[in-house]
Amino acid sequence: MSYEPVIGLEVHAQLQTRSKMFCRCSTQYAGAEPNTHICPICAGFPGVLPVVNRRAVELATRVGLALNCEISPSSRFDRKHYPYPDLPKGYQTSQYDLPLALRGHVTLGDNGQQRRIGIVRVHMEEDTGRLLHRSSPSGEVYSLVDLNRSGVPLLEIVSEPDIRSAVEAREYVTKLRQVLRYIEASTGNMEEGALRCDANVSVRPVGQAEYGAKVEIKNLNSTRAIERAIEYEIRRQIEALESGDGVRQETRGWDDAAGVTLGQRGKEYASDYRYFPEPDLPPLTMSESRRGEIHRGLAELPDARRERFVALYGLTPQDAADLTLTRETADYYEAVVAELREAAPARLAANWVRGPLFGLVNRDNLAITDARVSPKLLAELLRMLHDGEVNATAAREMLEETYRTGRSPREVAVERGLMQVSDASALGPVVRAVLERNPKAVADFRKGKQQVVGFLIGQVMRETKGTASQDTARTLLLEELSGSQAGAP
Amino acid sequence: MELTSEEVRHIASLARLGLTDEEVETLQAQLGDILGHVNQLNELDTGNIPPTAMVIAVQDVVAEDEPRPSFPVDVMLANAPERKGNYFRTKAVLGYET
Repeated sequence: MSYEPVIGLEVHAQLQTRSKMFCRCSTQYAGAEPNTHICPICAGFPGVLPVVNRRAVELATRVGLALNCEISPSSRFDRKHYPYPDLPKGYQTSQYDLPLALRGHVTLGDNGQQRRIGIVRVHMEEDTGRLLHRSSPSGEVYSLVDLNRSGVPLLEIVSEPDIRSAVEAREYVTKLRQVLRYIEASTGNMEEGALRCDANVSVRPVGQAEYGAKVEIKNLNSTRAIERAIEYEIRRQIEALESGDGVRQETRGWDDAAGVTLGQRGKEYASDYRYFPEPDLPPLTMSESRRGEIHRGLAELPDARRERFVALYGLTPQDAADLTLTRETADYYEAVVAELREAAPARLAANWVRGPLFGLVNRDNLAITDARVSPKLLAELLRMLHDGEVNATAAREMLEETYRTGRSPREVAVERGLMQVSDASALGPVVRAVLERNPKAVADFRKGKQQVVGFLIGQVMRETKGTASQDTARTLLLEELSGSQAGAP
Repeated sequence: MELTSEEVRHIASLARLGLTDEEVETLQAQLGDILGHVNQLNELDTGNIPPTAMVIAVQDVVAEDEPRPSFPVDVMLANAPERKGNYFRTKAVLGYET
């Protein structure tokens, strides 16, 4: 029997605010001593009054809009109860039946083959503290609690169970992360825990309408882990069905080193969380005008930008996709094009950014914004190349030097003698010397073997270390050859 | 309003409380009484009243995203039953990772 996986993802993203969700403790706790970024509110002391961070609501609304969601005119916070020491209040302030945004979608793939993944909801909540599990020499197991992360604004983005493979799940998270970064809502950094993912996975026989028992997988800390864990889980569930054991609804944790998922606990039901409206936080409203204002402030999204690059600059879909992978790269490319002022084709710029320049920054693991080749310098180089002042080999050498030192490509070309020689008076003696040294080639040409011209151009290039203009060399060679032919006895 | 003893045990387990059989019996009666009391409210006809999450008429109370100094760590840890360095120290709760 063949089976079909049904996958939905819950993605948690920390919002890029300066202060926490309900208090004004700083979110810049990376590398800080434990419990130095806390106050009675985020440490869950009784009798405190939380106040919503305005910026967090704005960023969350941006995300909702970027994911094509409806923004609720009125939303509310609820208390989600569960007892665990990373949650000092005994409940997490979250949103339940009135979330900020509902019913959106993300589009995967490009124009060729598109898949739409539905978004159920986007809601705001707060991050938890961190626990370190330790054991004493006597074997007693205890936990150390650091609440610096407690109360950092967190967004939960819940997809529809529209995903059908492990690869598609990875693509979905990658796309989501790209959008979050474009609109500057989250760093999306999975290693730092700014983006985290849980996967709900079930399998069912192909053609069956009902879903199979759902397993939630936690602890997916990289896009690679997402793909591997889901692949493993699909295989495990199919084996469990085939052997007759069946699949139990449960929560499992991904063990990255061992490459397996392990049972953690029976799944809670929503009623076990005993949600009720948060009495300390008044409801939030979103007027049409405020929504419109946030919408207008939204950066151009990756899909739109990719399509614009194809239409406006005549790029291939693949080139456009590569250049719009990050907002920084797309901004860099467009800055180069602007500097060129149509003195060289935008496609030439695309080839050089995603070819040689990507090669250099990837080699050194640099962000393109940190490269010493500014858009202005790259444009200078491309203009020289397009105008025939230097050839492609020389341009590469100039790029490497400019990348290393930040010096002007023209300066480098002049200093290293890379400028093309297209001056007949300078190339004439070289051409004549080459002909003198290759009497056989000259004789062949006279017998009608036109192709020896290519060989002779090669000799001129070698003589000039590649700086001769091929066009000028060809013209001069043909002139000399026909001249000597005419003058032959 | 009757609660079963299983329901009482389930609620206790959600709160991580261990109960003796006598306590289950006592709480079964007491929680049932509380539920019954609250249920009396359901007898009111609220068909014409819009649902509300708030008993006072406020909304959109927000603060600007401007960090302010946190509390000194010793003040925050002053009432901790146990600490280790700058950490709160608790009994381990395993198998309930979030």
